[in-house]
Amino acid sequence: MRLCERTAHDLRGMLVRGEVTSREITESVLDQIGKVEEKIGAYLTITPEQALAQADAADARIRAEQGNRCGGQCGGVGRGGDDATGQAPGILGIPVAMKDNICTRGIRTTCGSRMLENFVPPYDATVVKKLRDAGAVIIGKTNMDEFAMGSSTENSAFHITRNPWDCQRVPGGSSGGSAAAVAAGEAIMALGTDTGGSVREPASFCGVVGVKPTYGRVSRYGVVAFGSSLDQVGPLAKDVEDAALLLGVLAGLDGCDSTSVPKPVPNYASALDRGIKGLSIGVPTELFGAGLDPRVRKLVEDGISAMEGRGARTVQVSMPHAEYALAAYYIVATAEASSNLARFDGVRYGHRAAGSEDITSLMKRSRSEGFGAEVKRRIMLGTYALSSGYYEAYYAKAMKARTLLKRDLEAAFEICDVLVSPTVPFLPFKIGEKFDDPLSMYLADVYTTTANLTGVPAISVPCGLSDGLPVGIHLVGRLFDEETLFSAARALEEACGVARMRPPAACGCGDVEEGRNGR
Amino acid sequence: MSQDYEVVIGMEVHAELAAESKVFCRCRTEFGAPPNSQTCPVCLGMPGALPVLNKKALEHTMRAALALNCTIAEYSKFDRKNYFYPDLPKAYQISQYDLPIGRDGYLDIDVDGKAKRVRIRRVHLEEETGKSVHAGDDIISATQSLMDFNRCGIGLMEIVSEADIRSADEARAYLSKLRSVLLAVGASDCKMEEGSMRCEANVSVMPVGAKEYGTLVELKNIASFRAVHRAIQYESARQIQLIEAGGRVTRETRHWDDAKGQTAFMRSKEEAHDYRYFPEPDLVPLLIDRSWVEEMRRNMPELPDAKAARYAREWGLPQCDAAQIADSAALAGFFEATVALHPDGREAAKWLLGDVSAALNATGIELSASKLTPEHLAEMLKMIASGMISGKIAKSVFEETFNSGAAPAKVVEERGLSQISNTSELEAVIARVLEANPGPVADYAAGKERAITFLVGQVMKETRGRANPGEVNRILKEKLSH
Ligand SMILES: [Zn+2]
Repeated sequence: MRLCERTAHDLRGMLVRGEVTSREITESVLDQIGKVEEKIGAYLTITPEQALAQADAADARIRAEQGNRCGGQCGGVGRGGDDATGQAPGILGIPVAMKDNICTRGIRTTCGSRMLENFVPPYDATVVKKLRDAGAVIIGKTNMDEFAMGSSTENSAFHITRNPWDCQRVPGGSSGGSAAAVAAGEAIMALGTDTGGSVREPASFCGVVGVKPTYGRVSRYGVVAFGSSLDQVGPLAKDVEDAALLLGVLAGLDGCDSTSVPKPVPNYASALDRGIKGLSIGVPTELFGAGLDPRVRKLVEDGISAMEGRGARTVQVSMPHAEYALAAYYIVATAEASSNLARFDGVRYGHRAAGSEDITSLMKRSRSEGFGAEVKRRIMLGTYALSSGYYEAYYAKAMKARTLLKRDLEAAFEICDVLVSPTVPFLPFKIGEKFDDPLSMYLADVYTTTANLTGVPAISVPCGLSDGLPVGIHLVGRLFDEETLFSAARALEEACGVARMRPPAACGCGDVEEGRNGR
Repeated sequence: MSQDYEVVIGMEVHAELAAESKVFCRCRTEFGAPPNSQTCPVCLGMPGALPVLNKKALEHTMRAALALNCTIAEYSKFDRKNYFYPDLPKAYQISQYDLPIGRDGYLDIDVDGKAKRVRIRRVHLEEETGKSVHAGDDIISATQSLMDFNRCGIGLMEIVSEADIRSADEARAYLSKLRSVLLAVGASDCKMEEGSMRCEANVSVMPVGAKEYGTLVELKNIASFRAVHRAIQYESARQIQLIEAGGRVTRETRHWDDAKGQTAFMRSKEEAHDYRYFPEPDLVPLLIDRSWVEEMRRNMPELPDAKAARYAREWGLPQCDAAQIADSAALAGFFEATVALHPDGREAAKWLLGDVSAALNATGIELSASKLTPEHLAEMLKMIASGMISGKIAKSVFEETFNSGAAPAKVVEERGLSQISNTSELEAVIARVLEANPGPVADYAAGKERAITFLVGQVMKETRGRANPGEVNRILKEKLSH
């Protein structure tokens, strides 16, 4: 197996044992990018020189740490060695890709938008700083739906990203670039952001693991806001162990984000092998009803049976307000987005329309030119929902639905430890298929939005292929209980036996249609 | 003003917090720093930047609210007020909409010796905006506008009164009292000339005895206490005139033009913004601990009203003098330092409100910046009390001390100004005066008692005012009666 196809924890062992260098891993990833990126289009910006320099620095640090730990005498240390220095070194020397709405000092951060086409942030997001401190190698910035609005990555202002399992299909969104990069070996792991399912949905479509941590678990500082009360940065990885490893690095209180929570960060990796014997898994009846593709249902039900086979107990639970989640989500998310995106006015940075005569026309024209259709659609929706005559009818009501959903979850978690459902009700769809029908596209988020509205953590784990396309199982846990989530996900992953599914595009796929490229 | 109308005024005052750093980031807040030298991603509203509440800003606001007798919220939160403006980098202002930090307070004012209570509706915390600098003579002819974001994100308190104010005089008294309270608790430096205190007045008129208020007009851009007074007088007269002419006042916002001395139409209610307020998701709600509030209440500095009452009680000052000193932090501090050295409050107050204030006004110097110290004043009061110098001499000693900063005792010594109480010295002078003025001496002898005043004056003149007038009177009477 080539280095770029391996998991981070695999590579970490090899690095520690001195079998490989970070430079070799990074070169393997860059080499893979050279081979498949033209087909996949996972990236918006690739930073090979910086990546190699970071790899060399990581190699030097690994050598120094080994010298310190065992005087250069012993052969190496296993995973247990992490405990002495915390979890950070777990990603030392590992190439990571970053969604392009996460600010990187000196590297342009476009949010997939013409509006920020040339925006170079003067600062690093807290998660980027944490990755740098941990010695990760930053490979580049991945493609995304403009300002994270979309479920297909077709809304990027620059180009579309293709699903490595079938290049005619979308990778999901909005973190489609990150998910595709990990699936295709163009990064070992990646960061995405999840406002309504934007990490989990593309993870499901690309056959990788995606985590939406508890709201407040990971700092949002430096992450360009979409829906502030919903957004969380989450890992995309090849398996559950890598996802746990990466979250361990990202998590923790940040003085720059007052919504981040001062709770100690558990060692997620050590929770992995708890097993699921005796774990109670709730199956919400409402989430297995109409609209669910039978092929998806079949694989998810097989996954649930496999978990039962490993000692978990399933119970039927009810989420009576689940049907309101999507509507509430689209009100809250667009309302917050309309406010968050108002700062892009052409005055201080980003796109500025030429030849405006006064400030009003400057702002109007800059925004008209800089934003794409989906972003404008949502800004208008959100502005409407917040306007004084409609606030009570929409925003206030959505907030009430949010409270009801929280109560649903609290009641469900009285009788179970984890909730299970499909991640997305259908298989990855074809490029262009839903592009002109935003409402049907919004249904991609129908199972994932509840976790964002209520703040609870959730994970998508691949549970098999249907017609050669990946399907993900969605697990939801209690607030700040990512550990249970990881142990359940790990058991599921083992039971389904799909931890190492490799997409065809990782070695080469069929003809690439022009599709909507260059739109 | 017509007898038949009553003016109804509510005030909205914005005061910048006297904090060293901004309210949601750590940038400095120094006034007059080079443009954009005190900014960061947070106050510039860069993509991804997040606000974090500065506890000091919250404390300042709470202290101000407590001083204004408000109830401090147990649960408060921040909201976004959305509107587009080039000096508002995020295109929303973080403010407080329905749950302000303080509410339902009051401020007692005094107008022409009449006490009056103005209720305070709310005190809330928000952030300042930046400043547009127009390159050119005015905003219309400017070819470009530049942005200075130094002010952006400075903590701003908004204090909203109920419509309890009934005249321009009351409005001015309210502002002045508010200022002294905010200064006393150190919440703001309240410099109207630097824009750190700004006010808007909501003015309406109604027939005396009416139950319902008239249509209110919002007055903006009022930059001084004097302007508040003028603007309200102008606007209420305008409204009355309009009504008497059969017209109707429309709900609108008007701009006060201080140079022209009139208000001008700015925008109508229909053009008013829909701010689309909603809870600020980047800041967690505020749960204000009761014990913290109580501790703050216990540690409140003495407020102007309490201070004035104490001055009246301890030093026997007339109520209005006591209030005048207590309302000014500078005067009060000076007063207390002076009486600590020389325990005669009445004299100290007389000097502070008399010669000292006059000299400050005449020179335009602030008390804190003047060369005069409490030690100086106390020393002078001691010399007067001991009879070393007369009150008249003291005035010229004060003048010298105020101008040069020289200690009064030194001025007296160098200029030989100490009072002559020495009887033999005085007798010699008096003998000369009597000899030189036979006319008045004869008049006195003839029963014209007033003639003695002239003779006393002559003695004072001979001694350049240094003679002790009591002694002079005594000796003169003695000599003349022989
Ligand atoms: Zn700042």
